[in-house]
Amino acid sequence: MGTVVATAPPQSRPRKLTAFWRDGDKISHLVTFIFAASVFLVTVFLVYELWIHSGLSRAKFGFSFLTGTTWDPNTDQFGALPFIYGTVLTSFIALVISVPLGVGAAIFLSELAPPKLSNACTFLVELLAAVPSVILGLLAIFTLVPLMRQYIEPFLKHTLGDLPLFQGPAYGVGYLTAGLILAIMTFPFIISISREALLAVPREQREAALALGATKWESTWQVVVPFARLGILGSIFIALARALGETMAVTMVIGNDTGIHTSLLSPGYTIAAMIANNFTEATGDIFLSSLVELGLVLFALTMVLNAGAQLLIIATTRKGSRQD
Amino acid sequence: MDQLKRRNILNNIMLTLTGVCTVITSSALFLILGFLVYNGWRSLNWDFFTKLPLSAGEVGGGLANAIVGSGVLIVIAAVIGIPVGFMGGIYLAEFGGKTFSMLVRYTADLLNGVPSIVIGIFAWTVIVVPLHHFSAWAGGFALSLMMIPIGLRATEQFLRSVPNSLREGSLALGASKTRTVMSVVVPAARQGILTGMILGVARIAGEAAPLLFTSFNNQYWSKTLNEPTASLPFMIYYLAGSAYDDWHRQAWAAGLVLLALVLIANIASRWVLSRGASAQRG
Amino acid sequence: MRRQMLWIAFLAVAATTAASAETINAAGATFPAPIYQKWFENFHKAHSDVQINYQSIGSGGGIRQLTEATVDFGASDMPMTDEQLAKVTKFKVLHFPTVLGGIVPTYNVPGAADLKFSGATLSGIYLGNIKKWNDPALVKDNPGVKLPNEDITVVHRSDGSGTSFVFTDYLSKVSPEWKMKVGANTSVNWPVGLGGKGNEGVAGLVKQTPNSIGYVELIYAVQTKMEYGSMKNLAGNFVKADFNTVSEAAAGAAKEMPADFRVSITNAPGKNAYPISSFTWMLIPDKIDNATKKKSIKDFLAWMLTTGQQDAEGMSYAPLPKSVVAKEQKQLALIK
Repeated sequence: MGTVVATAPPQSRPRKLTAFWRDGDKISHLVTFIFAASVFLVTVFLVYELWIHSGLSRAKFGFSFLTGTTWDPNTDQFGALPFIYGTVLTSFIALVISVPLGVGAAIFLSELAPPKLSNACTFLVELLAAVPSVILGLLAIFTLVPLMRQYIEPFLKHTLGDLPLFQGPAYGVGYLTAGLILAIMTFPFIISISREALLAVPREQREAALALGATKWESTWQVVVPFARLGILGSIFIALARALGETMAVTMVIGNDTGIHTSLLSPGYTIAAMIANNFTEATGDIFLSSLVELGLVLFALTMVLNAGAQLLIIATTRKGSRQD
Repeated sequence: MDQLKRRNILNNIMLTLTGVCTVITSSALFLILGFLVYNGWRSLNWDFFTKLPLSAGEVGGGLANAIVGSGVLIVIAAVIGIPVGFMGGIYLAEFGGKTFSMLVRYTADLLNGVPSIVIGIFAWTVIVVPLHHFSAWAGGFALSLMMIPIGLRATEQFLRSVPNSLREGSLALGASKTRTVMSVVVPAARQGILTGMILGVARIAGEAAPLLFTSFNNQYWSKTLNEPTASLPFMIYYLAGSAYDDWHRQAWAAGLVLLALVLIANIASRWVLSRGASAQRG
Repeated sequence: MRRQMLWIAFLAVAATTAASAETINAAGATFPAPIYQKWFENFHKAHSDVQINYQSIGSGGGIRQLTEATVDFGASDMPMTDEQLAKVTKFKVLHFPTVLGGIVPTYNVPGAADLKFSGATLSGIYLGNIKKWNDPALVKDNPGVKLPNEDITVVHRSDGSGTSFVFTDYLSKVSPEWKMKVGANTSVNWPVGLGGKGNEGVAGLVKQTPNSIGYVELIYAVQTKMEYGSMKNLAGNFVKADFNTVSEAAAGAAKEMPADFRVSITNAPGKNAYPISSFTWMLIPDKIDNATKKKSIKDFLAWMLTTGQQDAEGMSYAPLPKSVVAKEQKQLALIK
């Protein structure tokens, strides 16, 4: 039995290349790979450009850029602390308002509301996340700021004016107003994601608590919410990351003052607002380089937060599957 | 008995509070729409859509160039962003190797989280500085960077949700992988992918920060894509910060138009998605 | 068929990316923006093929964008320093004064009109030393006016501004404390106050905030119908900014105008000279490659120096002194 096995002769290089171009699958693999790689490359390039264009100020100030409190274009002294402070403070105010509000609404929508109502309200809240920042800024300037200046801030000064947090003139613009606007921009994320996390809690948990005699609230607050806490925490991280980078609405109501102030009623600055106001006009290379470095700092902050949120999400899914 | 009563009262209070939270948050959108309609409705006339802005202090004029400019920027962003997101998503779902895919996903998420002002800085360094002028290209490029992660995620997600049985069936019939993906899998996922793209467009339509130093602004019509270009979000920012009542009036009208478009796009994308889901089920 | 489609596509792209011959891009000071926009509009009506797109982003922006060559020319109320001029490598920058203007202290104090300020009180307010409207120093200068017992909300510029430069230049001249602590520049480290973007932003903030004070170019106070005060000048008289007082401030400088036209006329001597006056300049490259743009810019400048000057008074600016105009017309020849 002599079977003749036909073997193809080893292909030469040019033959391999033509074979490649004839293989549609390999081409589409390559094409889609190029597009996917471009996403990767562009992001790397972005970080690179930020690094390069902030070179002058990084060389001049080093780490003291992060702790410096003076921002003086006249003497070329630039310190980022007032802007980091303003960014963190306004985001913190935003969370203090939006977390209770958002988690509360998420609880209602997942535990108490009938499904149709729950879906409808969630839909409305998620649409809110689509409202452009500049439109919220527009609203803030003409409706929120006068409200703050004429009623809310005087009220706060009247009642809580002894605290250093509420001293100084009632401008209407400032940290508190910016924080309020950021709260509006962040609670949709908290509601949407927390609701999902709460809905994912297995029914048995609730039923077990109720069977033990807990009220609905006790079952929710002491059993369901802790079970979903990683997801809720993840939503807070995502909301925070969004708040840190918000530019337009904040620029329009922050008051544009480059100092560090304890009073919430005082005008201030955030990193994003500073860049927005000054980038096209920075005369002087160190000035411009410092602004790019501010962008780098903001990027690093949001990157850390997003990474934290990712880890939480991974932990939630792993924990969830273990709990089964 | 006393303790039970207390617990029950607490129960009722807290649950009512959560209801209040829901009412506040759900009505926020209506409040915003309400203010915009109330303040902007009267200014939406034929002039607004057809005339150019007038100089400081003069009454009248419109935002025709800003409306068209926004359209141009969105088209440029979509022409760049949709193919990259779509093809990249196909790679991740159908062809990707494990580590590289993870890398791409991570950087896409990173890109998604970059503050829009920083994206503006990047577009400025990469396009405006070397070419020495502001342009619609720079603005469109900046916006496309914000679109790509959304399109990428949606494409990958919805392609993955297509059951493998469809793929295997197609391959069993002798189709190549490319043919399978393009003619079987993608059509099956098309509603989801379309939703992602619409959401991406809606997201960038309202962005002003990336345009501040890329497409900048223009009093007149931009005749080419190589010049500064007016846009609705930029004009809202500029007009709102001025001291002229007439300009404020126009800012409200522009805000109303922009919000209406963004909301319609969002609602439309959901409708598309729900149609797709029911079609798959049905 | 395919080939033709490709050509059409190529031509379409080429057409859209070909440089536009006639839109000239400019950016800079908000101080003269109202009259510049009017000029560009009127010039366009007379020469319909010339379109000048002017974005008022502040003098700092004008200088920066001209240095980066992202605009065809800039505009600034602060003459470029030697350091800034050295950074512009592609061409030399020619300063062309365009109009004279005055910066007024505009305020929003219900019930108070025609307030008088001096260098001492104004610097005191902006340093944060004078905190309330009924401070003794203000009361002394304003006998008979009921000043309220309210905090002063100080408004300054948040962007790089030539108006800020002129204002801080004046404060530096009248207040040693200001000169030492803050100095004069387009962007400074303001001790107190809110920041508004552009002259428009400052005017907007003052208009909307009771008990506030800001500094704006005269026309912004006039157009928004806001109150503005008079300033005590070097001769000791309180004068309000207008055509005459601003022109008088420039009279001395006009006689001794340097060749590059860079001067400061704040705190000028003269019985009725307005102390916070300034020239404002268009920053023109001395070498313009695009022949059509060069002709348009030169034509515009020539028009501006003659016909354009007639618009100044009506818009609350003051026209350039005749001797300065003559010198500038000679400088036109330097644009190649």
